[in-house]
This record gives sequence, C-alpha cells and structure tokens, in this order.
Amino acid sequence: MLELLDFLKENILFINLLIVTVYLGFEIISKVPAVLHTPLMSGSNAISGIVIIGAILLVRQAENSDYLTIILGVIGIVLGTINIVGGHAVTNRMLEMFKKK
Amino acid sequence: MEYIELLYIVSTVLLLIGLRKLSSPATARKGNLIAASGMTLAIIISIFSPIEGSNDNYLFIFGGILIGALIGLFYSKKVKMTEIPELVSLFNGYGGACAVFISILEILKFNKTTSLGLSGTTYIALFVGSVAFTGSLVAYGKLSGKVKDWRSSISSYFNLFWIVLCVGLIVFQILNPELYEFLPIVILVVSLIYGVSFVFPIGGADMPVVISLLNALTGIAAALAGIVYDNMVMLLGGVLVGSSGIILTLLMCKSMNRSLLSVVVGGFGSTSEDVVGKDQGAVKETTVNDTAINMRYADNVMIIPGYGMAVAQAQKSCKELDKILTEKGVNVNYAIHPVAGRMPGHMNVLLAEADVSYSKLIDMEDANNKMSDIDICLIVGANDVVNPSALDDPSSLIYGMPIIEVLNAKNVVVLKRGMSKGYSGIENPLFFHNKTKMLFGDAKDSIEGILTEIKTMD
Repeated sequence: MLELLDFLKENILFINLLIVTVYLGFEIISKVPAVLHTPLMSGSNAISGIVIIGAILLVRQAENSDYLTIILGVIGIVLGTINIVGGHAVTNRMLEMFKKK
Repeated sequence: MEYIELLYIVSTVLLLIGLRKLSSPATARKGNLIAASGMTLAIIISIFSPIEGSNDNYLFIFGGILIGALIGLFYSKKVKMTEIPELVSLFNGYGGACAVFISILEILKFNKTTSLGLSGTTYIALFVGSVAFTGSLVAYGKLSGKVKDWRSSISSYFNLFWIVLCVGLIVFQILNPELYEFLPIVILVVSLIYGVSFVFPIGGADMPVVISLLNALTGIAAALAGIVYDNMVMLLGGVLVGSSGIILTLLMCKSMNRSLLSVVVGGFGSTSEDVVGKDQGAVKETTVNDTAINMRYADNVMIIPGYGMAVAQAQKSCKELDKILTEKGVNVNYAIHPVAGRMPGHMNVLLAEADVSYSKLIDMEDANNKMSDIDICLIVGANDVVNPSALDDPSSLIYGMPIIEVLNAKNVVVLKRGMSKGYSGIENPLFFHNKTKMLFGDAKDSIEGILTEIKTMD
C-alpha cells in the first residue's frame, strides 16, 4: 500500500494533468453534432494509435541480438501505423464528402 | 534535452486543437489534418530524440512504419462507405494489439526493483489493450457478417466470472511478482478471452456503443502506456481519446435508453425469452405503383433511413427520388435517428456520399415535432428506431428508447426485404398497424421502381 502511495506521490503532476485532460475530453465531445459522430470516432481512433511511440522506443533501445523485442516491437509499429495512417485517411475521405454538399 | 519536451508539448497542443476542430462541421477536415500532423510530429520526435544506450535500429523502425502506412492507405482507399464501421473497429483492434505487444515486452523487463505502481500500470495496460484487441476483432467479424450472433443465458454470468478472474489474477501477480513465472501468460490469455466473451453476446443494436467503448479502451491503454514510458503525448493523447470516447459512449447509451452496465454485463435480449405467439394480425402489402402515386401527390414526405439502406446501397436511389419529388413540388426531408445504422452518424455519412444536402437531414426531435404534417413516411430499412413498442409496451426490451414516431404521420410505407425482425431481434408492431403498408423487396429495387413510375406520370 505504501508503495502505491509513493507511486502516486511521485506522479502527482501526471495525476493532475490526467484529471484536467479527462475533463477536456468530456468538454470537447459534449458539443458535437450527430453528423460528425462517425468521423469523430474514426479520427479519435487514429489518435489512440499514439501508443506506437512505446513500440518505437522499445525497438530503439533493443540490443541487436534481442530478436524478441525487435520482432514484437516491429509488429507493434506496423499495427500502430495502420491504425494511425488508415484512421486519418478514412476520416479525411468521409469529411471530403461532407464538403461537397 | 528540454527542447524535446517542448516539441512534445507542441504535438500535444496540435492533437488538442485537431480534436476540437474535428467536432465542428465547418472545421472538421482541417481538424483531422491538424491532428494527423500532431501525430506525425510526436512520432518523429520519438524516433530522433536522443536516448541513453540507444541502438536505434532505424532500419526496422522505418521498415515497420512504411509497411504499416502502405497497408493503412490501401485499406482506407479501398473501403466502401457502408463498411466504415467495420474498418474503424479493425483499426481499433490493431491499436489495441500494439498496446498488448509493448506491455508484454515491458513485463519481460521487470525485476525485483520494479515498483508496484509501474507493474500495476503495465498489467492494467495489458488487460485493457487485450480486451480492445480481441473485442474489436469480434465486433469487426459481427459487423461484416463473418461472426453470427449467438446468445446464451449464461453469458452474462460467464463474463462476470471472467472479469473477476482477470482482476484477481492481476492483483495476485502484482503483489507476488516472483511466485509463478507463467502467470503473466495466463493473465494475457485470460484477458484476450475476456475481449471475445465481452463482445460476443452483444447484439447489433448495441454495436455502435460497443465500438465507441472499445475505442475509448484503446485510448486508455495508450494513456497507461504513457505512464509506463513517462511520455506526455502518449498519456494526454490516450486520455483525450479515452474520455471523449466514454462521453460519446454514454451519449449513445442515453439515446437508446440503455445503461452502460446493461450493455457491458450482458447481450441485448440475452436475459428474456422472445415474446412469441402474440397475434399481431395481418400486414397490409402495397405495390410500387400505389406508393409512387401517393408520394407524387403528397405535400410532405419524410424518408427514414436505417441500416437496411446501407445494406441495399439505396442512398443514391433515395437522393434521386428526393430530387424528382422536389422538382414536382413535394417537400422531402430525412429524419435521422441518432443510433440508426451501426455507428452514430452512419446515416449522415451515407447520405452525404449521395450528395443529399445538410439542410434536408432533420434530427429525431425536430422530426417528431413535424410528424403530424407529414403525408407519407417512407421507412428505408429502419426497424428498431421506429418500433412503437418503445413507447407503449413496458415488457419490450427497448421500452423507453426514444424513437421516430412515424405513427403520428398520415401514412407509413415500409420498404423491407421480408418479415424478419430488427437487429435487436424483437417484433415490431408498426408493421401490423393499420396506417402502415409494407412494400416487400430489396429497398434499392423498390425505390428505383417508384422512380420509374413517378417519371411516367404527368
């Protein structure tokens, strides 16, 4: 339990930020018209691919002989990139149609 | 070193602005591009920022990014607009899988000095990422028709048991990290299975909610990974997706009058027996010819699209019908239920693809206020969102869900393939009402038939 408290204490800035960002996320979304729900979901889905940074950092730090990290990390990078690039591209395609009217 | 942090802040701000602009129609496209540039910046920083003891392995990193980018672009160009919900679900699964891989690799690095907070965060990231991964794949399979609905009365108990097992195992592992070496693998497998069993019993009516929830879960997994890596962009980007996804999920639950808990614990209709045998009377059929005449001489027509329109690819025909009726002086509008289709706003995307103007799309509340002036409601492949049981039958599973109240209009014509039930699997008394006429057949063919008839008039 004490360890957990220490962890919280060490990351108090993180936790503050977390709360503000959660609130920000709520605020941004609560004003969205229904027309934009699908593009918004697909756009924010692309942003969740930010997790790819973890995979990039892992592969960068991996020893050249550490095949497990390199292989799993690269698979992670490929999947994360599909999520990001595909997500933004498909969102753009949807929004282009709205523009035409 | 400090300038790296500054650049990360710039990319976080770009994500924020992007998401904000994405939520307003005039700026949405720009918002998407701004968010994408924020992502690109964050990735570039993470590739080139100096880190201690780095081997870089750039060949692998750039190779992975190139392959992923090509596959992503290929998918997004190839997909049909009707298949977008599946695609978003699939992409989301990939993001979840990425979180799973990095959590596994982090767990392999754990040793005696690893703090409780760090290992706890990583295991939760592993769990959340796994559920998002397999859950999204099942949702993808269901939406694309590859996985059939299958419900059992025990599935909610099974899910409850399974999530308790997951949490129990994780808590045990965090407190006794060295006790069993194979336990992390068990946790991984149990979490992956929970993702499957979580989505499996959920019926189509709840699918928009589930996709939105799984999207939020991937965001949360990314945020947890951000804590593990002490990386602000991952944390903030993930939290933004998580919190906005949860709010979107709750908005959708609200519009279907379902609590999030009832969606999560069990599938739609899994707990109650189907109501059978209630004699509803006979349905009245109509013909293409009759419908065409009635629509041609109506003053106000309201089209109510549903998932069936997407399946039949009837949106362009709807637009044609709308065009020719408007030319002949008929006032045509579309009533959009917030959860019609398989994703929120699904109908808006399809109709936008067919060049239907914004101003003709009316949301549920306004449509219901105008309903008494409407001469003909043309229901194109919608079912549950116009089911009057939601208003007057407390025993119905969808009782209390706001619907488009088509029975307040003067006439109702339903385009439908056959007498099958809606995706939620419940009977619709609307089809048996004396105001309602059924026009059986493929929605696209029926509409084109009506079009041809109208063209031959006067």
